Amino acid sequence: MTTLAHAAGRSHELIREDLLRPLRSTSPLYWATLCVCLLVILWAGFAWYVQLTEGIGVAGIRRPVYWGFYIVNFVFWIGISHAGTLISAILRLTDAGWRKPVTRAAEAITVFALMIGGLFPIIHLGRAWLFYWLIPYPNERLLWPNFRSPLLWDMTAIFGYVTGSVLYLYLPLIPDLAQAAAHTGGWRAKLYRILSLGWQGSDRQWHALELAMKSMAVVILAVAVSVHSVVAFDFSMAIAPMWHSTIFAPYFVAGAIFSGIAALILAMASIRRFLHLEDYLRPMHFDNLAKLLLLMSIVWLYFTAVEHLTVWYGNEHLEIAVLNHRVAGPHAPYFWGMVVCNFVIPFILLGIRRLRTIRTAVICGVTVLIGMWLERFLIVVGTLSNPPLPAAWGDYAPSWVELSITAGTFAGMVFLYLVFVKLFPIIEIWEYEREAEG
Amino acid sequence: MATETAKANETTTGEAHTARWGMAIDLDRCTGCEACVLACHAENNIPLSDEASSAMGRANHWIRIDRYYEGEFPNIKVKYRPVLCQQCDDAPCEPVCPVYATYQNAEGLNVQVYNRCVGTRYCANNCPYTVRFFNWFDPVWPEPLELQLNPDVSIRPGGVMEKCTFCIQRIQRGQRDAKHEDRALADGDIQPACVQSCPAEAMVFGDLTDSESKVSQWAESGRAGQLLPELGTRPRVFYLERAK
Repeated sequence: MTTLAHAAGRSHELIREDLLRPLRSTSPLYWATLCVCLLVILWAGFAWYVQLTEGIGVAGIRRPVYWGFYIVNFVFWIGISHAGTLISAILRLTDAGWRKPVTRAAEAITVFALMIGGLFPIIHLGRAWLFYWLIPYPNERLLWPNFRSPLLWDMTAIFGYVTGSVLYLYLPLIPDLAQAAAHTGGWRAKLYRILSLGWQGSDRQWHALELAMKSMAVVILAVAVSVHSVVAFDFSMAIAPMWHSTIFAPYFVAGAIFSGIAALILAMASIRRFLHLEDYLRPMHFDNLAKLLLLMSIVWLYFTAVEHLTVWYGNEHLEIAVLNHRVAGPHAPYFWGMVVCNFVIPFILLGIRRLRTIRTAVICGVTVLIGMWLERFLIVVGTLSNPPLPAAWGDYAPSWVELSITAGTFAGMVFLYLVFVKLFPIIEIWEYEREAEG
Repeated sequence: MATETAKANETTTGEAHTARWGMAIDLDRCTGCEACVLACHAENNIPLSDEASSAMGRANHWIRIDRYYEGEFPNIKVKYRPVLCQQCDDAPCEPVCPVYATYQNAEGLNVQVYNRCVGTRYCANNCPYTVRFFNWFDPVWPEPLELQLNPDVSIRPGGVMEKCTFCIQRIQRGQRDAKHEDRALADGDIQPACVQSCPAEAMVFGDLTDSESKVSQWAESGRAGQLLPELGTRPRVFYLERAK
């Protein structure tokens, strides 16, 4: 109860006003950011257009590195999507009181990161316009997709995850939409009224909603773990050196949660600062999330150490070639940069209590995102650069097309998030009211 | 009708038995002249690549000569190894394709269905021999090379994978010719372009189920081995070399 005291001391009306304010007033900075994001997205769209019309050869991928930035980004964004599920579902199930202003910000990240991540397997196809051939549907060719392929499991898992996480975001939004409909006017009120599905806040409705949210929390948790395991299977089911590893599924899940928390910290800090919700997103929330980030940083180090030690000690020549390339060869700066970003910096800044502030949590959020992106790069490109036959070894550098599309997805994330906070209250209003009611 | 088709198929493959195509390459005979590479390009309509894209790693050669150096300059010894699709019996490229664009046919060939391929390139990543190639763009041939394209081989559009087929068009022609002439297919009737063009006669091709065939005998010789056998892919290309 004390956790929310600062905000809960206020009346219902005041809290509601605070949390609906971002929907009503918009600063010039908001529009400027939105426009910049839109420009970057348009540029990325142009780059994709060039790739579709000219051929995927305009990207930098080449033999033997047939997968490059696109697959790195895919794994990265699917990883980010774990922010929502972990924070929200675990905290909801364990009934942790402090989660209340955090959950929706997290759930929105999940949905948007999945929308973006899910694009990459399509963008990276040689013939992207035929992507629907991966979908199992009855067709005139009497052909089914190959259910033995991890890519098909991937497609299935991500479709399931998107569906589940949209529902999971939507359910707790319903009571807030009803409130927003009552306290706004014009097209917004109309939109909210439709979306609130006739919510009146009766006991029966509350009971049904609670049940649905609890069930979805359980389901989405299982789905989230399985999704990133399946993403890991894309690699570990292959016989390529240092991909074919039993540790990959849990390693990827842990890494995903790690980067998800980092993204969440950044999103919350921005919301706090630019939407002036300092009274709701308290230093305590950042402190708790920073501790979670620290924990995951240690888990990450453990997995990374286990993975690399096993390969090194095993001394199997195909794998050693990849390992050397990574830790002492051309990729060494990325590898050690990753260790600094993912472990050294968070361990110092968040491990020492005096240094653990909102500012350092944000710094660590940034370094962890960089570090986790690098990890995916090292896994994808490092292995492919060193195929079993040394005569086929080769390296990779992205072209402007890959860089543009990558930049576009980051802008896309910011853009979607900006639109979301303008359309929907980013902090759950009803949670505060229920708490005030006791 | 169905029985007629079945009968026709039977005669197409010579007799009632189904061949298992394989190749053997004698590395002690290979001079690294790359005639096979050239023949393969001409036979299979493989697009050419310019200097820049070759340097980038985008040259497509269904068969290539890997060079391995022993010793220090000037006392250096070069070993050549022609590497092509190993037509594995347990091919790692096949199960990973989400759209069944690659599979093993009845005669053991790992076939690639260009029309079915959407270009995930997963098969190429999972091939330990790196013998799968991707069409980065729609193919173009400089004048007048577009006039020499082989009408028996389809042109692959941009965005799809391709690889050595063991010259499946020649296999089919050999089987068809034998059927028309009402005779059994003899060993050596079918020669892929690389085998036919090898001046050192370092390569043989044939039916591995026929123990009398030259390829079976080469594959049984004490010098024969396979590439990366420890991966369990069970290749059907055999390399012959003196033991050290």
